[in-house]
Amino acid sequence: MKRPPSSAVPGSLEAPVSWVATRLGDAVAWGRKYSIFQYPFVTACCGMEFMSAAAGHHDQDRFGAAFPRFSPRQADMLIVVGTINHKIAPVLKRIYDQMCEPKWVVAFGTCATTGGFYDNYATVQGIDTILPVDVSIAGCPPPPESVFDAIIKLQEKIQKEGWEAVQSLRRHPSIGRTVPPRLRPAEWRRW
Amino acid sequence: MAPVVDQGSAGPLFQELKGKFARDIRAGWQEPPIEVIVIAKNSVARVARHLRDVLGFDALMDLTVVDYLGYPGGKKPARFEAVWYLQSFGSGRRVRLKAAVPDTDPVVPSLTPLFASANWLEREAWDMFGVGFKGHPGLKRILMYEEFSGHPLRKDYPLKEQQPRVEQIHPGVPPFGARPKALGGE
Repeated sequence: MKRPPSSAVPGSLEAPVSWVATRLGDAVAWGRKYSIFQYPFVTACCGMEFMSAAAGHHDQDRFGAAFPRFSPRQADMLIVVGTINHKIAPVLKRIYDQMCEPKWVVAFGTCATTGGFYDNYATVQGIDTILPVDVSIAGCPPPPESVFDAIIKLQEKIQKEGWEAVQSLRRHPSIGRTVPPRLRPAEWRRW
Repeated sequence: MAPVVDQGSAGPLFQELKGKFARDIRAGWQEPPIEVIVIAKNSVARVARHLRDVLGFDALMDLTVVDYLGYPGGKKPARFEAVWYLQSFGSGRRVRLKAAVPDTDPVVPSLTPLFASANWLEREAWDMFGVGFKGHPGLKRILMYEEFSGHPLRKDYPLKEQQPRVEQIHPGVPPFGARPKALGGE
């Protein structure tokens, strides 16, 4: 967990303040990671596997995550399921822009992640060319275990960015009108 | 083009059409259970109307275009070939009409006034191959977006040419399959 930089000497007045702030960030992040509301953007055959993972058979909501909200304004995890072509890309971008911060993006399956074998005139070669993706799930389609793995990894990530997320929201002068800067680990794309 | 007619294998439909549209019928043969008839492109509306009203071919099953640019299997009379599939629900017979469409004048008559099913099929053929259909009520793209330029299934459209509509936030993404430098890629 990243802590705010502090030159506080242990036992001085500043140390407890820093400690409280860090704990607060942890608590907020803990609350966030177990109350993910997802917006499923389902375009293709991965949707079948997504239904299986999301609904009764495997029930991804038992991780305290990924309860579907069918309005992007009430969602904070955009899960992109299936092939995204250039015709629908502006719609996806608009859905993403409508979501309130903090928000996370999951690319579900090979097509959403890289374009898959649709290396042609029509298909976006991975939604990370148009959106900042937090977690990508491999597979064509991915098995439910991969989906849960991705959700757990996203929860870890939310927990890690906790304090910075609180700070960035607090510092921002106009919450609700302008989105604060995205928090993104430097290694999100290695090459 | 000199008519290439294999009278030996030409079917009964060919004989009948040859009698009525002598100048428009170029060739014919059978590929059971379907009968193939090559016609002049501007006669397709006349021939199809006769097939529908007189011979009972009451459904247009499919309509497409083939691009023969760089075709290795021998010389073709023209770059494109338009293909229509008609079926008779009464007798169960099927016929495939083909017509050579030159690159210089890629327009054929529309069958939409005869068969309502031709409407979207012709829009798709226009979208993918850039072959126009004279008389179509609203010939516009059906699959690609309006601002797309070119026709993607033409053989001279670059294979992986993309026309994004959304700003690319990460233009450095390598193409699918490329190896990163650390793993010995370029």
